[in-house]
Amino acid sequence: MASPQQQKLKVNGPVAVTANRLTDGAVVWRTAQEGWSPNLADAVIVTTADQAIALLASAQKRDTDAVGAYVAPVVIEADGAIAPGNLRERIRVAGPTFELPH
Amino acid sequence: MYVYDEFDRAFLAERVAEFRDQVARRLSGALSEDEFKPLRLMNGVYLQLHAYMLRVAIPYGTLSSDQLRRLAYVARTYDRGYGHFTTRQNIQFNWIKLEDLPDAMAALAEVGVHGIQTSGNCIRNVTTDQWAGATPQEFDDPRIWAEILRQYSTLHPEFTYLPRKFKIAITAAPKDRAATKVHDVGLRLHRNEAGELGFEVLVGGGLGRTPFVGKSVRAFLPARHLLSYIEAIMRVYNQYGRRDNIYKARIKILVHEIGAEAFAKAVEAEWEAIRDGALHLSDEIIADIRSRFLYPDFTPRADPPAALVAALEDPAFADWHRNSVHPHKVPGYAIVTVSLKAIGAPPGDATADQMDVVAALADDFGWREIRVGHEQNLCLPNVAQEDLPAIWRRLEAAGLATPNVNHISDIIACPGLDYCALANARAIPVAQEIAKRFKDLDRSRAIGRLHVNISGCINACGHHHVGHIGILGVEKNGQEFYQITLGGRADEHAQLGTLLGPAVSYEQVPGLIEDVVDTYMELRADPQELFIDTVARLGVEPFKERVYAAH
Repeated sequence: MASPQQQKLKVNGPVAVTANRLTDGAVVWRTAQEGWSPNLADAVIVTTADQAIALLASAQKRDTDAVGAYVAPVVIEADGAIAPGNLRERIRVAGPTFELPH
Repeated sequence: MYVYDEFDRAFLAERVAEFRDQVARRLSGALSEDEFKPLRLMNGVYLQLHAYMLRVAIPYGTLSSDQLRRLAYVARTYDRGYGHFTTRQNIQFNWIKLEDLPDAMAALAEVGVHGIQTSGNCIRNVTTDQWAGATPQEFDDPRIWAEILRQYSTLHPEFTYLPRKFKIAITAAPKDRAATKVHDVGLRLHRNEAGELGFEVLVGGGLGRTPFVGKSVRAFLPARHLLSYIEAIMRVYNQYGRRDNIYKARIKILVHEIGAEAFAKAVEAEWEAIRDGALHLSDEIIADIRSRFLYPDFTPRADPPAALVAALEDPAFADWHRNSVHPHKVPGYAIVTVSLKAIGAPPGDATADQMDVVAALADDFGWREIRVGHEQNLCLPNVAQEDLPAIWRRLEAAGLATPNVNHISDIIACPGLDYCALANARAIPVAQEIAKRFKDLDRSRAIGRLHVNISGCINACGHHHVGHIGILGVEKNGQEFYQITLGGRADEHAQLGTLLGPAVSYEQVPGLIEDVVDTYMELRADPQELFIDTVARLGVEPFKERVYAAH
């Protein structure tokens, strides 16, 4: 299966740019301040392919903060909150869908 | 156990120091991600959905108690307190930080454990039978030959950049517990009519998006020629294997495209030129490797001992004994499978505390030795039968004595979309729900041996093609769907499963599996006919009719 980084960019709605933090691999989101945040609520949201390509290019300028950046779908809920746009991203945000061994 | 020498220890220490420097340069920005990625992969470090993952090799599935305790330490200190045993006798830590990896690797290296050959296009960790050296069935201890291959293949310069990864498995018993027929090279150790030790060599097996059962290219290879013949195979593959398309780069594609006969001919031609050269295994070399495996000093004991007979009066112990204890080559001893498939738990996961329990049991009762099987369970290969009640009590207290080995709830599952960056669908929650449906021991025992294998994508890390029931997760329009196959098997009669019908949704899978099993229970010729034999006798059609009428 091709990872999102290897797939052709399709923008059919709101999207954000996401990556993994270099130091620990944690999921991070590209912010309007050209930084990275672990909170999806801080993500800059765009809606066209041109905007997404520009946002991704900005995110890929340096790879010492985050790696493997790609464009991910999000959903804007009725109250304006940003939610992950598919199951993969929901799992990336919330963690595995079962109780971890302890 | 194999005993490492000073060379091995120095090499690992140097390797950790090298990686520590690479990580420091990556964190400082001196190395780009493109430069760093191949370096981390050569040490078993992947970047998954939420975190880095460290894959650690357990060569031929053998661990000392000190090594297992160190794995527990790493899980507890650098991860989230657990590890995941894989279908290739590796363990994976799913939450490890890049900045902690050098320290974790240094801790592992102190006990001779590492992640080399767990990633990249090299010869991977060589796997074998978890009952090696203990089962009465085998012709020789296959780990001797796996160790010879390990020493030969580790950092082999000619085979560090193969067209694709390369997996070798060895069985020395007629009953194949190492899935040799679905590996790039499968080696079946046996004796010829003259009593000489040698290998049947199978090539071109594998799963993934294009599954094949391996083809026999040599019925008998004298054991002393193992390395030269493997080298001949590797050279033919290295020369003719495709590098233009990652999906067609495995040796199975080459063998399929040119045919096993032509492939074998090319290998034999190459082998003729090198067979008696530097790779010829002298008796001295083999004896030296053999001498580094230390075996317990078995003294035959009562079989069965009175203490065991008395303990079998306890139905719960008797259930576990019947299911998880297997015959040993020495009277009075036994092989114990430790189920990592507690009902509702992630298959193959063990907490650090559980690892410590098993390590302590190995210390107290098992000559400090533990094994890992490709079915994602652990094994104590050498225990006295009189100690089985005490072993069971401690396993039971640790949640490690579920008597479901080889039952339907003993499910093989990859990490799936809950962890893996390549996956399309979840595997672990599917396994958990199926196991819960079959938690009743009487029902599970009545069903008998039944292997369910689940993969979260076409890469088939859960070996779904060779599950008696195989489940493959796919993605359709953003939703998880699952294709079901029946009739696969990974043993000496290895074959690929047959597709049952259209894929079903995540929610439908457990019910569908129950319908498949109910159909088997109705159709089997008698209670002794296993699921796999019923499917072989009737095909998938009767199952398809019943299952899809219900869904």
